[in-house]
Order: sequence, then structure tokens, then C-alpha cells
Amino acid sequence: MANNNNPKTESHDPGRRNFLKNTGLVVGGVAGGSLLGGLFTNQMKSDEGKKGKSEDAVKVDPAHARVFFGRFEDFIVLATATELIFPEDDNGPGAIGLDVPYFIDKQLAGTWGINGDDYRQAPFTNLEGLKKIEKADEKVNHSRANRGKIFLEGLRLMNAESMKRFDASFDQATEEQQHEIMSDLEAGKLDMKSIPSDAFFALLKQATLEGAFSDPLYGGNKNMDGWRMKEFAGARPSYADVIESEEFVKLDPISLTDYQRKK
Amino acid sequence: MAEELKKVDVVIVGTGWAGGITAAELTKKGYKVVALERGKEQSRDDFIGAKDELKYSIRYDMMQDLSKDTVTARGSMKETAKPVRNNNYARFGNDTGGASVHWNGVSLRWLPYDFEIHSQTVEKYGAKKIPENCTIQDWGITYDELEPYYDKFEKTAGVSGEENPVGPPRSDKYPNPPLKTTPSIELFKKASTNLGYHPYRLPAANMSESYTNPDGETINACMYCAFCEEYGCDFGAKGDPIVTVLETARKTGNFEIRNESTVTEVIHDGTKAIGLKYIDNITGTEYIQPADIVVLAGFVFTNNKLLLKSKIGKPYNPETQEGVIGKNFTGHFSNISTYIGARGFFDNEKWNLSMGTGALGAKVDDFAGDNVDHTDLDFLHGYEIRYYHLGQRPIDNNHVPVGTPAWGKEYKEKNLFYHNRSLIIRAKTAFLPNRYTYLDLDPTYKDELGDPLIRATVHYEEQDIKRAQHGVETCKEIMTEMGADIIDLVDVPDDVKFDSKFYTNHFLGGAIMGEDPKTSAVNTYSQMWDMENLFVLGGSSFPHNSNHDPTETIGAFAYRASEGMIDYLGGEGGLLVEAKQTSKA
Ligand SMILES: Cc1cc2nc3c(=O)[nH]c(=O)nc-3n(C[C@H](O)[C@H](O)[C@H](O)COP(=O)(O)OP(=O)(O)OC[C@H]3O[C@@H](n4cnc5c(N)ncnc54)[C@H](O)[C@@H]3O)c2cc1C
Ligand code: SF4
Repeated sequence: MANNNNPKTESHDPGRRNFLKNTGLVVGGVAGGSLLGGLFTNQMKSDEGKKGKSEDAVKVDPAHARVFFGRFEDFIVLATATELIFPEDDNGPGAIGLDVPYFIDKQLAGTWGINGDDYRQAPFTNLEGLKKIEKADEKVNHSRANRGKIFLEGLRLMNAESMKRFDASFDQATEEQQHEIMSDLEAGKLDMKSIPSDAFFALLKQATLEGAFSDPLYGGNKNMDGWRMKEFAGARPSYADVIESEEFVKLDPISLTDYQRKK
Repeated sequence: MAEELKKVDVVIVGTGWAGGITAAELTKKGYKVVALERGKEQSRDDFIGAKDELKYSIRYDMMQDLSKDTVTARGSMKETAKPVRNNNYARFGNDTGGASVHWNGVSLRWLPYDFEIHSQTVEKYGAKKIPENCTIQDWGITYDELEPYYDKFEKTAGVSGEENPVGPPRSDKYPNPPLKTTPSIELFKKASTNLGYHPYRLPAANMSESYTNPDGETINACMYCAFCEEYGCDFGAKGDPIVTVLETARKTGNFEIRNESTVTEVIHDGTKAIGLKYIDNITGTEYIQPADIVVLAGFVFTNNKLLLKSKIGKPYNPETQEGVIGKNFTGHFSNISTYIGARGFFDNEKWNLSMGTGALGAKVDDFAGDNVDHTDLDFLHGYEIRYYHLGQRPIDNNHVPVGTPAWGKEYKEKNLFYHNRSLIIRAKTAFLPNRYTYLDLDPTYKDELGDPLIRATVHYEEQDIKRAQHGVETCKEIMTEMGADIIDLVDVPDDVKFDSKFYTNHFLGGAIMGEDPKTSAVNTYSQMWDMENLFVLGGSSFPHNSNHDPTETIGAFAYRASEGMIDYLGGEGGLLVEAKQTSKA
């Protein structure tokens, strides 16, 4: 993985470097920013590697570069938001530790982000109409804006709202401040153009859970830790010999990578 | 100009159970059959290792491609219908084998009451018992007449089951014993028994043991792998058209499936069908496939759309109540018929809920059909209570007790804690037809070829709401007896409206059967009254919706229809049943 040690690549991402500096992550972290520790462990290791540590310490997943999110700033809001929804705790990693932000980035770059499998003929439903729809997922379905556009609008709005209220970007706001904005998002109190904000909250939450619990082949559910926390055994071929058990049977999860290699 | 192909004996739209059974029965008799299937070719090989929840259960890989064609929906005639845009609101079948491949396998017979619902209701309770707008009618056939076809379907699909203690009579037992049981199934059964109900195991087209059906097709034993509902079976262990009837038809050498072929019209001369017009999805070339018999088995929406577009039969008009095509649309609508009931959270139990099978579970039929006396009830027909052990996949199952925050530390904690500690029991309710619930063509939205989408107008009547609420109460009673620490109801409010969700794929009507051409589109052989060589198969022919799942009854009528087609081709044609005039109109 020579590339990751390439100083050129490093300097091509000033956003991230600034982020690291601003949050103070490099020197120990601040309240809100510390949530992001896991996300950058890899990069930090890579920085250490540069300083002459052994190659082994350099473990950057080459599949994890941003493809949908051009702006690092948007991605950091996404990461912060997903971690708020599904935080790291005694049970195990949170959204960031499970690589959920990268999962969502990849999904938004594909068919799902452009609603490619959906019926997309106009007329769509305008914002007033969308507010009258009961179910959050239906609000998303009937918006003229596709999921990619909704995500960008929603994340930027959260960030702008944080700047306005607290004079701090969303990721650098205190946990309490972040909670305030997420709660307003959830309650539909932030004004979005594409959909009511409660529907964006539902979309964000759904995407977070997908990233935590889908097969790792999609870039989330790192190490199958999402499944481990739920004691879900993944893509197991058969339970015929254990399904009748009176006791709970704990099994190590199997991913599709394992499954397909068996063939 | 469409290119006209060489005539065959039979041409079919669709390759699900309805089309597949017809193909098997007619090719076995030596007739040449072509099935036109809009979706891709798929076989068992496609399902090996198909244990990917995101792909199949969240992005709905096997379901109809809505970007090309969908339905529109509205809750009353006053509203403007919106198109169903995403598969989370519609899980219709699409590729070889259709929805009949990614089904769960719950295989149920309907009740004698169902087929004679009008006359039995009048006889028992008097005509006044039928609410004003309720358009129930007899089917023109009795359970006893249909029973041999039920038996045939169960043997073809290899149903695993045990006798229903309060069910209708059977000529034979199920071909396979019930599936394995689990502690949570036993808990449900015990609680129901304590309350005086009569639980029994869900009859399942998932094999409890390796089985060879009467056509010589072997279906393997189920692995309880839990990737079943919404998936093709990894092991060839689910009774589906691919491992049974389509394979039987293929072996005769008389059968051809033409994939990527979307049927757009029935070509006819006003009295007889000439063939089907279709478009090759890859090249865009249009063809006409002529045949002696034309079969529509493209599921309820396609069947109705083709009839309306081809101007066959008289379209139903809800204002005048005249006409037939589109009439008596019903279904298991999500928020009134299926996803309602009681969820229990158990602090001191933990079950193996990651394991399971599409139709693993048990049910109670004490309130089904007319099994209880309805004299003092404010609804007709009934419901069944079900507990499923189908495998709780982790993206789809994030249940926390009501009142838990929707995100954050406590949410995560409870989500993980209860993942293997919560059970839902559901009331599956009937939905009776009414004057204002029907199908027609949408005035605004078009499919990718420029044809109008089919529009569903669904109005919930008071009796449908009362029936559902009664069902939820019984779920609560059973869940309480099961000992849950917290019980959350998935309730039905008094003002519940159709949610435009077509999630169950149990949708029926529009080209209904009966004895009188004035009030029905087809006879009990699914033969069109107005066009004797056109047969319209599947749930579109059901005049109402029972509490039971539809597929076994679809299969039974497909066997009956095939018998009719064989008679038709071997004889002198004509109607297979004499039309009666039952209505005063
Ligand atoms: C997830 C799920 C679970 C289910 N579980 C159960 C269950 O446990 N028990 C039960 O009784 N029922 C169940 N059902 C319902 C069951 O799948 C249907 O009742 C059954 O498959 C209907 O059979 P069919 O042959 O009428 O239609 P399908 O199997 O859907 O076949 C119709 C075929 O026609 C094709 N077609 C449609 N239009 C055109 C066109 N214009 N041109 C060419 N081809 C066309 C489609 O692509 C499809 O292949 C379930 C459904 C779903 C989605
Ligand atoms: S649960 Fe059984 S029938 Fe269903 S897919 Fe798995 S092996 Fe096949």
C-alpha cells in the first residue's frame, strides 16, 4: 500500500488535514470531535507510518475513499450524524467504527443514490403535499429530488444550522449541541426544500442501520461487528441441526466472502 | 409493424404458479406452449449464496422494475392517485417464476364459506347483515368441487403440514409432515391452547424432508437458512415453479419461455383472441404470437391492464355499478390486513430468531371466515392469528419498545438487547369487496412504453376496520398469555386509510369469476365469458379476499383452468360452463 505513504496523496487532501488540526484530534481530541476518533485511526496510523514506523502499522483500507461526497466537510457531518444515531458503547463499535459513513458514500454513488430503480415520472409531489404524507419513506419516494440531493441538502443544512446557532461546525459542536440539531431534524423542524426534515432523519437512520448490518461486502459492518452485537450469524447455509434447540445458540457469523469461497 | 410469428397451441403471459401450472399441464398433453416473461431468465444457480439482505430484502432485487411500469394508488375517488415509486411499497414478481419464487410458502386452502359467501351469509344472518356497499358474491363453485385441485397443488408444491383442527375436510393428508418446531412456536401454541383456541402448524411449501412430487420433480429438504421470504431458495428446497412445474414443462420438449418479452396487448377480432403482442425488451422489436388459446397469468395488475387496454369485457363503473373489468379489487392491505397485531418484548427469554423458514410457524383459525357466529359482530368474515419464525434479518428488524428514543445510546442498547427477545403475532384479516374499491387506467401516469398505468382506488369500509381491530385484540390476548414483559400494539385506528402500500402482493379481483356474465368476467374455469379462447388466471379471478393467503387457491384454479383448456382444445370449443342469469339487473 505504498500509495498511502505517498506525501503527494496526503497533501492533496487539505480538507482532512485541516480537519485533523482543527479538531485537535492529532493531539487528543475535543468533546464532539472525539466521536470521530475511529474514523481517522487509519489515517493517523498512516501518518505515524510516515514518521518511520514499520509498514505493518499502515492499515488503510484501499476501498475506503470517498466517491459520492466531493467535500470532506459534508462527509464529516455525515459521519458525526451516523455516530450520534448509532454510537460506540460497551456493546461494541458505533457507526464510524463499523465504516457506516463509507457504506453510505458508496450507496449514494450507485443506483440507490439516483433512485435508479424507482418510477421517476413527473408530476412529483411538492413540499406541501409531502408534509401531508404520513410515512417518512413515502415522503422520500415522492420527492422530485433524488436521495443524493436530499443527503447533500440535509447534511449541509445541519452544518449551517450548527454554525448559525453555535458558531461551530456540526462535527465540532458539543455533543449536547449536536443532539439539539438532530432532535430538531427528527421533529421535522429544520426547513428543507426537498423533503420535510423528519423524512431526511428517517432516511439517514435507515441508511445507518443498513451500513451497520448489511453484509460487509458493501463496505460497512466492519469485521461483521454489527452482526456480532446482534448475535446474528450472517450468511450461514444451514440451521437444520440447531433450530429446535431450547437454548440460545451462539454462532460465529459468516459473510458472503466466506460463503462464496467455500464454493 | 409487429412481426407475426408462427402459431402455437397456447401462449401465456407470465411464468409464476398460474402460468407454470398451465404450461406443465398442457405440455404434458402434447400441446405446444410458449410463455412470455417480461423479466430475466433465472434458475436455481442464481440463488446459490443469495444470502444478501441488502440486495434482496432492502433493495428488492427480485421485484418488479418499477422504473418501467408500476401502479398508481389512492384512498378514495376524490383523491388524485400517486404512482408507487419504490419497491418498499410494491413487491411484485418480475423474472422467471415471478413472485412465486420469492414467496414464503404459506400454503392455505380457503373455506367453504368463501366460495358461497353471499348465499351462506344471507341464509344464516339474512340479507340485511350485508353492509350497503359490500359487493360480496358467490363464486359459482363449492369447496367440495375445488378440493381435488387443492390436493393436486399441495402434492405438486410438496406442502409440509398438519391437519387444521377447525379446517375444512380433506381427501388426503399433506404430502409432507410439518416442519421442525421451535421454543417460540411452542410458546405461541401453548398460550393459544390455554385460551381455548386451536393452534396448528402453518402449512409450508418448504420441505420438511426431501420429496419427489407426482411429476417426478425432487424438492430437497429445507435448511432453515432464514433467507427465504423475498429470496430464491439456495437449496431447491422451496416449492416454486422453477423446481416444479416449469421444469416439468421443459422436460416435455413442448415448452418455450421467452424472457425479456413484455406483453402489451391481446390481439383479437371481437369474439376470439388471436394472440399476444409483445416487445422484446432488448431489441425493441414488436411481435405477435398467435395461438389457439391465450392465457393471461401476469398477476392481477397486468391481467387487468391488458384487458382494459385491449378493450375486452366491459370496464367497471363505480358510479353506475355497471361493467365488470376492475370490479371487486381487494387484497391484504398492509395497515389493515397484515402488519397489525401485538409485539411482545421478553426480558428473560432469548430465542434463536436468526434461524427460520418462510412458512415456519403456527396459526389459529378460530376466528377465520365464518367460524364464529357473526350475529353480534359488526363485520362479516374474519381473521387468523399467526406467529412466524421466518428468520429475523438484522437490517429489517430493529424493534424497540414504544417510548424508546429513535436514536442514540438508549436506542442502540435496546435495539441490540431485544433483537432475539421480541416476537410479533399478527392478525391476517379478510378484506371484503366494496363498490368504491376497484381498478381502472390512470389518467396521468404512463409506463415506459407510453401506456397508462393501472390505478387502484382502495376505500376501507367500517366493517374492514372493525374486523381488523377485533384481530388486534385477540393478538393482545394471546401475547399477554405468552408472558411478554412489554406489549406494543400495531393497532388500527378508527380513521385508518389505505396507505398505498402493495407490500403483501396478495391482491385480487378485477376479472372475477362467477355464474353470470353480467357480474363476472370469467367462469370457474377462468374462461372469459366474452371471449371463449381467452383464459384469465390468478388472483384477478377472486371475487373477494379471505383471511387466508391466496397462492394455493390460485394454484388450484390454475389446475381447474388447465383441465378446461384441455377439454376446449380437444372438443369443439365453446363455453365450458353455461352462463346463468343470477342478477336482477
Ligand atoms: C415476499 C412475498 C411473499 C409471499 N408469500 C406468500 C405466502 O407465503 N403464501 C401465499 O399464498 N402467497 C404469498 N405471496 C404471494 C404469491 O407470491 C402470489 O400470490 C403468487 O406468486 C401469484 O402467482 P401468479 O402466477 O399469479 O403471479 P406471479 O408469480 O407474480 O407471476 C406473474 C409473472 O408474470 C410476469 N408478467 C407480468 N406482467 C407481464 C407482462 N406484461 N408481460 C410479460 N410478463 C409479465 C411477471 O414478471 C411474473 O413473472 C408472497 C408474495 C411476496 C412478494
Ligand atoms: S429456509 Fe428452506 S426453503 Fe427457505 S430458502 Fe432456506 S432452505 Fe430454502
